[in-house]
Amino acid sequence: MEDTIAAISTPQGEGGIGVIRISGPGASDIIKEIFCPAGGKAIRELLPRHMYFGRITDNLTEAHKADNGCGGTDPAKHPLPALIDEAMVCYFPEPKSYTGEDVAEIQCHSSSVSLRKILSLVISKGARLAEPGEFTKRAFLNGRLDLSQAEAVMDLIKARTDKTYEVALDQLEGSFSRGIRAIRADLTDILVDMAVNIDYPDEDIEELTYEKLETGLRAAAGKIDRYLATCGTGKILREGLKVSIIGKPNVGKSSLLNALLREERAIVTEIAGTTRDTIEETLSIDGLPVILTDTAGIRDTDNVIEKIGVERSKDAFNHADLVIFTLDLSRPLDEEDLDIAEKLRGRKVIVFLNKEDMAEAVRRGEMQGITQENIAGLKELLPDAVFVEGSAREDRGLAELRDCIKNIVYTDRGESQSADIVTNVRHEKLLRDAKDSVTDAVALTESRQPLELIEIDVNTAYVSLGTIIGEETEGDIIDEVFRRFCLGK
Amino acid sequence: MENIFMGEYDIIVIGSGHAGCEAALASARMGHRTLMFSMNLEAIAMMPCNPSIGGTGKGHLVREIDALGGEMGVNIDKSFIQVRMLNTAKGPAVHSLRAQADKNLYHLEMKKTLEHTENLDLRQGEVTDIIVENGRACGVRTKTHTWYSAKAVILATGTFLKGKIFIGDAVYSGGPNGLASSEELGDNLRKLGIDLRRFKTGTPARCLGQSLDYGKMIPQSGDEPPVPFSFMDDQIGENKGLCWLSYTNEKTHDIIRQNFSRSALFGGQIEGIGPRYCPSIEDKVNRFADKARHQLFVEPEGLDTDEMYIQGMSSSLPEDVQQAFYSTIPGLENIRIVRPAYAIEYDCIDPQELKLNLEYRKIPGLFMAGQVNGSSGYEEAACQGLMAGINAVLSIEGRDPFILGRDEAYIGVLIDDLVTKGTNEPYRIMTSRAEYRLLLRQDNADQRLTEKSYRIGLATEERYQRTLAKKRSVEAEKVRLMNTWVDREKASEFLTAHGTTETEGRISLFDMLKRPQITYDDLSEVDGPDRPVLSYHERTGLEVEIKYEGYITKQLKQIERFKKLENRALPEDMDYENIEGLRIEARQKLSRVRPVNMGQASRISGVSPADINVLMVFLEKRRRERSLKR
Repeated sequence: MEDTIAAISTPQGEGGIGVIRISGPGASDIIKEIFCPAGGKAIRELLPRHMYFGRITDNLTEAHKADNGCGGTDPAKHPLPALIDEAMVCYFPEPKSYTGEDVAEIQCHSSSVSLRKILSLVISKGARLAEPGEFTKRAFLNGRLDLSQAEAVMDLIKARTDKTYEVALDQLEGSFSRGIRAIRADLTDILVDMAVNIDYPDEDIEELTYEKLETGLRAAAGKIDRYLATCGTGKILREGLKVSIIGKPNVGKSSLLNALLREERAIVTEIAGTTRDTIEETLSIDGLPVILTDTAGIRDTDNVIEKIGVERSKDAFNHADLVIFTLDLSRPLDEEDLDIAEKLRGRKVIVFLNKEDMAEAVRRGEMQGITQENIAGLKELLPDAVFVEGSAREDRGLAELRDCIKNIVYTDRGESQSADIVTNVRHEKLLRDAKDSVTDAVALTESRQPLELIEIDVNTAYVSLGTIIGEETEGDIIDEVFRRFCLGK
Repeated sequence: MENIFMGEYDIIVIGSGHAGCEAALASARMGHRTLMFSMNLEAIAMMPCNPSIGGTGKGHLVREIDALGGEMGVNIDKSFIQVRMLNTAKGPAVHSLRAQADKNLYHLEMKKTLEHTENLDLRQGEVTDIIVENGRACGVRTKTHTWYSAKAVILATGTFLKGKIFIGDAVYSGGPNGLASSEELGDNLRKLGIDLRRFKTGTPARCLGQSLDYGKMIPQSGDEPPVPFSFMDDQIGENKGLCWLSYTNEKTHDIIRQNFSRSALFGGQIEGIGPRYCPSIEDKVNRFADKARHQLFVEPEGLDTDEMYIQGMSSSLPEDVQQAFYSTIPGLENIRIVRPAYAIEYDCIDPQELKLNLEYRKIPGLFMAGQVNGSSGYEEAACQGLMAGINAVLSIEGRDPFILGRDEAYIGVLIDDLVTKGTNEPYRIMTSRAEYRLLLRQDNADQRLTEKSYRIGLATEERYQRTLAKKRSVEAEKVRLMNTWVDREKASEFLTAHGTTETEGRISLFDMLKRPQITYDDLSEVDGPDRPVLSYHERTGLEVEIKYEGYITKQLKQIERFKKLENRALPEDMDYENIEGLRIEARQKLSRVRPVNMGQASRISGVSPADINVLMVFLEKRRRERSLKR
């Protein structure tokens, strides 16, 4: 009867474990789509109330799902799917669950990035975000809560909705909602034109020609597209920009990481290969979440432990949105540096020239180091890279580095840093719905279908956009409620 | 002073306009002793404004009134001057029928029908009070010191209630078209605790046709043959007259502008709220200053009169100004005005005080219909009258009310809009107000509504059988079209001749008809000898169902979703004031409107989605509490 809902069920903030709860008829199918148990056996049917350990992944192929499962037993045949997070999964079929519906719970690490990523994935597989109190409401309606709890449930809905309503109001002030309103105003114009043409055929008004209609619809579609184009940026804003600090050992990668974090996390020593594991830290650059990975040096090594570190570094490197290639100006450019540079071709790169305090000495020939010619050569090798000089230890050049990181996200996508970036999964979904409806309307216009048919699609788009800013309700208001105030449980 | 008892009725209808007539007929036809009051029997079914019935949305209402067994469609078929189907360039869902009416004939035909209806008495007289006992309406008093008892009373006072006429700086009490207003009733309704507010509307001047120069205007003719409004009529004869199109010009606008200050509208004398969609000419000139011209139609008021109606030019400017600006219009240079334009202000209620069956919530047994409910237009009034009549009958019989959903009829949309959302200006129906426009077509009103009306005892057996027959023949013809194949060569030749692409193999008539370029009539060129002769109503129904099948299915799905909330009933005894968790505004609004289901509740402005959630939980809690007690 109901659709499938999902939300992060654990409170935001620090904690060891985070839980994502899915409730509704699609719960088990969604798990099968995104979960690969350790040991590799594919899950055909989830056992009730059975705890599974494995990984959440967004590229489970048919091959993984069929036959021998997720590649645990035969990596050659079925390479390991990329990992989003390790997780425990438990399935509670109806009616013996919290809500009385099919429920699946995913326990994973509690970092908000990882939780949100998994939630996005669950939603992309057909669930929708739950409304405040919605799990509890379903539990109640399905007879899973006792009568005395009813009042509390209503208070809960009320309290949470008020809170989300405040948030919604905050958003209404923003330029994002102004932008949505503007597109909506365009659609309003079209709808009004349509209404007038349909309801007042004998009046002396300008005829809404198919050409005019098409122009209007395409303009609206273009504006929606501009927002949709920011969804990539939005994803970064939501999930964080993955930045990998790379360089040969002992060029100051950990120092740089620490300088950016402004606290000593990694052990910094003079001995090459100290950082044996990847260290992941999250920092915020003017509101942009950045996930910074300090990698073990990428170099061939015989040390077993270090070898693992190197492997992980390579993995982090492969998944990074941006690489900060660190060089020590006081050490001559060598083969190892050039190897790394070679690997960076075609990637988004900032070259950080560390220890610029030593550069003067190098220039004067007092010590060996990277020369201006070396740098020119690197610039030729990495023509799109941005070069920043500084000193991690002395805290110099870091502001410039931060700006460069930020600019890569924003300017790269042709936008200024503004609120007009779609970061909310729900907003993205609604924008896509609106776009689809407008596209349908354009198609009907092109084939010269009657106005009142086109109007249905335009109106649908109008409602979708209105839902983003909480201004229009659809026929099915209950679902609409939950779309309107959607901040998870 | 003792009032004289003059009779006992089941239902008394106050007013004999379009709402009153339908209410009285419905009640009498459902077998109840009915009395209809009219201030003046010459005003029965009077058309004090435009001489036409139908138009966009309104035409749909007439078809629905007809399908339910009402009189308006039948009556206009008897009294039209010309008929046009509007919007034929667009799809069938918005095709709308409009007829120019012979006003006097319309009145006479309606009066004749009323006079010959069993169980129905007409009475000329002014009702001055509604008798309420034990909180229930149970009769009326008249100006002539008489009283009548009734089990239910239907108030359909139109614009008569405390009517006030404005022409320039002249302001006086009066009803429409030179008739007297009803003063005492307005005062007494207030004494009963009924909140009344002021709305206004207006009408243009009437002039003599002989004073016009038709050579300077553009003739507008009707469709041949004219399409009937009533499902009971297949043919209704020929068009009998023309309308004429002309335009205002800068000179017209100058005169109006120079005299703005002399308009009652701008002079501030009018407190009533007028409709935005029906502005007076001074309003148009004021608000659309950059528009170089406004169009107007000159329409005959009847076949037995030379009076012409000047559509689009209503005004409350003084008579000398009216004479001056009308004469600037091509064709109207020597205009001889016989009735000046005027604005009228009147009492009406806030329709949010009504239940969906049009009963006044605070006074059971008192039903209200038409302009007094804040609507505008003959058709809007008529459909409310019909519904009020039906529901008054059902209520005194102790039966369930007859409510049409927004997914079932424009009538449902109109009443739900009025009752649930209320209105701040005289309410006019528009097809754009309907969510499910593709399904609420004028060609399928009979299929949507006649059976319902038949079941409650209004639509006649004859009408019901006709509806069934249409359904059968449309279905049979659909099957025949699916099974009638045309070979590739013949079909391709036919299709390309009609501007569409050829076919790769043989093709059924059904599939050909799905193409936008092909009509059912076209198919006769390639059809076989077993092609049946279908009536107008059958042909249209068939064609629309086949051509728009896909979209119709889509809209039906939307309705299923809509129904989910609509099917969750809200008990009448809900004490919204004491439901924890509801916001204060929602408590007030819900207490006021008292919605019958969740869907209606969700449409009330000021009731948020969160409030709906709270309500759902509350109801479930209550249900369980009750089942525990049992």
